[in-house]
Amino acid sequence: MTPTGLEISGGETVLFWVIAPLMVLAALGLLFVKRAVHAAMCLVFVMVSMAILYIAQEAPFLGVVQVVVYTGAVMMLFLFVLMLVGVDASDSLTETIRGQRWIGLLIGIGLAAVLGGVVANAAFPPARGLEGGDPGGVANPQALARVLFGDYVLAMEAVGVLLVTAAVGALVLTHRRRLTPRKTQESVAEARIKALPDGVILTPLPSPGVYARSNAMDTPALGPDGEQVPQSVSRVLRIRGQERPAPHGPAVVVSTSTAREKTGSTRGTTASATTESERDA
Amino acid sequence: MDITNYVVLAAVLFAIGATTVLLRRNAIVVFMGVELMLNATNLAFVTFARLHGDLTGQVLAFFVMVVAAAEVVVGLAIIVTIFRTRRSASVDDVNLLKG
Repeated sequence: MTPTGLEISGGETVLFWVIAPLMVLAALGLLFVKRAVHAAMCLVFVMVSMAILYIAQEAPFLGVVQVVVYTGAVMMLFLFVLMLVGVDASDSLTETIRGQRWIGLLIGIGLAAVLGGVVANAAFPPARGLEGGDPGGVANPQALARVLFGDYVLAMEAVGVLLVTAAVGALVLTHRRRLTPRKTQESVAEARIKALPDGVILTPLPSPGVYARSNAMDTPALGPDGEQVPQSVSRVLRIRGQERPAPHGPAVVVSTSTAREKTGSTRGTTASATTESERDA
Repeated sequence: MDITNYVVLAAVLFAIGATTVLLRRNAIVVFMGVELMLNATNLAFVTFARLHGDLTGQVLAFFVMVVAAAEVVVGLAIIVTIFRTRRSASVDDVNLLKG
């Protein structure tokens, strides 16, 4: 296997000079954009461009994985979490550490300068390209698989364990513990029967009155004794005082019926009214 | 064009990612900065694999991707948990350990 020099084609040069500035711009967008969703979009652009660069750099498998894993899975996960946390969760502008912005900017520029200096001063060997270096000279995915499952098979297994651990960890972390026992139909019924002496009614409330001239929500129904049943009118209307007397039946002033309902259990009052009417008869 | 241009691009992206981590307050955007840094190292790995004619660089980039995916899952779960208890995704609000 003789090392052959690497010729970078004109097409790749054009591709690089078109994509690289756009990538840097999008990455800067991550730094300056206000809303988190726009930052995520900038990052998606950077990652897709990165995949194009991988494919241009003789790594088609990594390019595909980049699109599938990063743009497809990771960034969608980011967007999901943004949706959970609230899309307009914007940055607070108060500085907890004074001058943090300028110090951070300085450190960032310093890091860029150091990295750039190292790259500029390092002596790189002449580029060989993967054509001459491929083990067996086969296409990229197969060659990659040979290295991955040959030299790095143990690391591959460890990565599998890591992925399972991460999945279980995420499940455990986002699991919400139930603080109160679950409300079942049985428990609701038991609670109602237990509250029976306090004037709670077991049955559904009676519906409002339906009459020849009025069947609105605000007219109470008449009981078997001819009394108005105040609880047949919606509680909101009763509190607002918008209840109307039933057109027929004994003239009961609405205000007294509401007062009666306030003082005691209405069921008891209607029951006593029934006994009274029976006694009269 | 020299192949080291790719390395320079990776260095610039890494620096931008690091600055994002330092400057932004929203925990999710900070996390995106970490992802950008990981991507930049991947680009450097792929470039060096091509430079040296050795596929190990690409294999390492693959491993970085897998570990980054696991890290994103756990990190976002932590952010969601913190948001549930503290009602905030800002890194400045998590200061309970401050004396």
